Amino acid sequence: MAVTHATPGAEHPVAVVRLEGIEKSFFGVPVLRGVDLSLRAGEVHALVGENGAGKSTLLKVLAGVHRPDAGRIVVRDEEVSFAAPRDAQAAGIAIIHQEFTLLEHRTVAENVFLGREPVRRGQVDRRAMETETRRLLDWLGEDGIEPGTEVARLSVARKQVVEIVKALSADATVLAMDEPTAALADNEVELLYGLVRRLRDRGIAILYVSHRMREVFDLSERITVLKDGAFVTCAPTADLDTDQVVRHMVGRPLEALYPERTGVPGAVRIALRGAGNERVRNLTFDVRTGEIVGVAGLQGSGRSAIARAIWGVEPFTTGTVELDGVPTRLTGPRTAVRKGIGYVTEDRKGEGLALRQSVRDNTLLVRRAACRGAEARHKADLARLLGSVAVVARSPHQEVRYLSGGNQQKVVLGKWLAVRPRVLIVDEPTRGVDVGAKQALYRLLRELADDGMAILMISSELPELIGMSDRILVMREGALAGELPAGADEETVMALATGHGAAA
Amino acid sequence: MSAVREQVRRRSGAPARARTFVITPVVVVYLALAVLLVIGSVLVGLHGGVLLDHGGVLNILTRGTVLGLVAIGQTLVIVTGSLDLSVAYLVGLCSLVAAETMAGSTAMIVPGVLAALAVAAVVGLVNGLVITVLKANAFIATLGVALVLRGYLEHNYTGPAGTVPRAFQHIGYDRIGPVPVAALLMLLLAAAAWWYLRRTRTGYHMYAVGGDVDVARLSGVRTGRTIVTAHVLCAVMAGLAGVFLAGRLGSGAPYVGTDAGYDLESIAAVVLGGTALAGGRGGVAGTIGGVLILSTLDTIFDDLELDSFFKDVVRGVVLIAAVALYARRRTAGRSA
Repeated sequence: MAVTHATPGAEHPVAVVRLEGIEKSFFGVPVLRGVDLSLRAGEVHALVGENGAGKSTLLKVLAGVHRPDAGRIVVRDEEVSFAAPRDAQAAGIAIIHQEFTLLEHRTVAENVFLGREPVRRGQVDRRAMETETRRLLDWLGEDGIEPGTEVARLSVARKQVVEIVKALSADATVLAMDEPTAALADNEVELLYGLVRRLRDRGIAILYVSHRMREVFDLSERITVLKDGAFVTCAPTADLDTDQVVRHMVGRPLEALYPERTGVPGAVRIALRGAGNERVRNLTFDVRTGEIVGVAGLQGSGRSAIARAIWGVEPFTTGTVELDGVPTRLTGPRTAVRKGIGYVTEDRKGEGLALRQSVRDNTLLVRRAACRGAEARHKADLARLLGSVAVVARSPHQEVRYLSGGNQQKVVLGKWLAVRPRVLIVDEPTRGVDVGAKQALYRLLRELADDGMAILMISSELPELIGMSDRILVMREGALAGELPAGADEETVMALATGHGAAA
Repeated sequence: MSAVREQVRRRSGAPARARTFVITPVVVVYLALAVLLVIGSVLVGLHGGVLLDHGGVLNILTRGTVLGLVAIGQTLVIVTGSLDLSVAYLVGLCSLVAAETMAGSTAMIVPGVLAALAVAAVVGLVNGLVITVLKANAFIATLGVALVLRGYLEHNYTGPAGTVPRAFQHIGYDRIGPVPVAALLMLLLAAAAWWYLRRTRTGYHMYAVGGDVDVARLSGVRTGRTIVTAHVLCAVMAGLAGVFLAGRLGSGAPYVGTDAGYDLESIAAVVLGGTALAGGRGGVAGTIGGVLILSTLDTIFDDLELDSFFKDVVRGVVLIAAVALYARRRTAGRSA
């Protein structure tokens, strides 16, 4: 495709938005310590850093959600201060969040113009809305989307396009995209690449937040690296390679983050033989006691579907499952709990915790539901249980919604440990958790394995999978693509997960 | 440009989806109504009567008129993601305000109607403000207002009061063929409400607020104002129902709304019509279908001379079946 730099900004790199020396603390904890960032028209600028490095806080400063404690925000050579998201929007800055701000049951055009509907002779000018929406879609080269279609009928990738069109229709010139590929299927990522490039060619400044190195190097012109809330470097992508960026991001040897593999795998705890259902097929693998088995795969590859099937939410319909050598039918979560299977779901706040209930009630939730007459023993046990997962809370009566992500996750783990499961499935165990708590969670998982638990760990973060797993199962399109030993490198995992050669 | 477009289309792998006929809840409701009329006609026929004769049509439409007025208003608040439990008492209150202001005088007809509607609008405003400013849950807020209204009615009235002049009583009885004029007015208002929801900005915003209040707010919709508007309009519709009932009865009656259970009945009609109780989807067309189903059921039961216990059981079953049907469609739609 011929690249036409439509705007003068592309030739004369002038920053549309500059953040200078941004500082921000929450409750005395510094999250951003003097971060600089400049975005140019017609540029894709990648922002990378580990979870907890301050990427999302920086985004929220840019979006006007948080006000910085110190530092300047300069839009087109004019210092501004955003009191609310509306101010940032008025300055032409739009954030495309991972969760879309779309109304599922309204049409594309209705969503694009939500809150700004054109009115003609007392009624909403639907024709103008649809025409303008179609014009923007055409401008982006996305004419597979009809302005009159209900959003609920669109794929995730297309919803993302609608979200972008919504921002553009409000005259956004700066688009910040937060992990835009997180929710996309493999083939949709390519489409997003095209879209991002077209936006860039049309003079939009794009801030691309991602931890996926491949995307960053495929798309960006410049990379800014954050670590522990501090600005590390900003350099043209052409002058960097993956190793350098990762070193900047991590800033320490990776090994320190992950505990040593000390245990010796024992007997087979859970064995799947040709297990399958609507989403996964023909799964055959074992997890032994004392072992952490990682599950890798792209979004939608059936990664989480394995967990949901073992746990009986969407049970296997074919094949067999054996627990400690005994054939077992896992028909529902309650059965799974009774059989000693714990499941730390990917959606901590939605499925893992009763946010408005206390630490205590959450921790004892599973035990109360699954065991009879155990109420009396609860009190003595609770302190030991919370101690073993090292939850930091003011008291067991504190509501869990006030805890940090890391501590919430520890409560979820504690909830399962209360019933001493034989098998523990953890799905994205460290999502939204800072580095320190991550390390604690890793250590805890390893200790549990050493105590003889069989752990199945599903994660989209390859470094974590590789650092933690004794073996890695790679899923592709609902089936097992292969198994890799401990310490396999990211390229090998990705090659299996995508089905392409490592060269891609 | 077209070359680029062609290329994109090829890469996206999916040409524009052909538009297919979708079975919406509205279609389901009117199909159900048609089926009900057929079954009802057969049953009533077997019982030696005729369902859809002059009197039958008149009966169905008359029953549907008042409930229709209240349910149209209820649709607006439910689409907005709210609820109004105060409509039943408000109907009674407005019938009294209208009848007492008219006091038998033809000259006072217009002031009487306006006074009743003004009272209704104030009550709706209170409902809306309690929900948006005091942040009370709509269920509790409107229940509270309902209790306040009940207290007022119980303290001040023991029975019918006020007199409606004969000229205004015509509104309750005039008809064109088998169709009551009041029913036509109700349908006209339904059409207006349909236009309002589907074509005006505020209507759009009602769907947005009901669909996801945070998304609406982030998109610049004035959510509080939208909710208040919905409640005022709902109350005014209940006020109109009260005025109409005063015209039919010849006087105001404090419990005319609650005796008929218009609060829950109107919500039932709205839900039966396919509007999501959580808000954000549905509309007036379905509601009118729901109203007609309920009034047709009543008429059939009257013709069959069944006792009222059985009648309520059937109504309950129909309501649950409808909601279960919509819930199934929704989950099916999600996984597709």
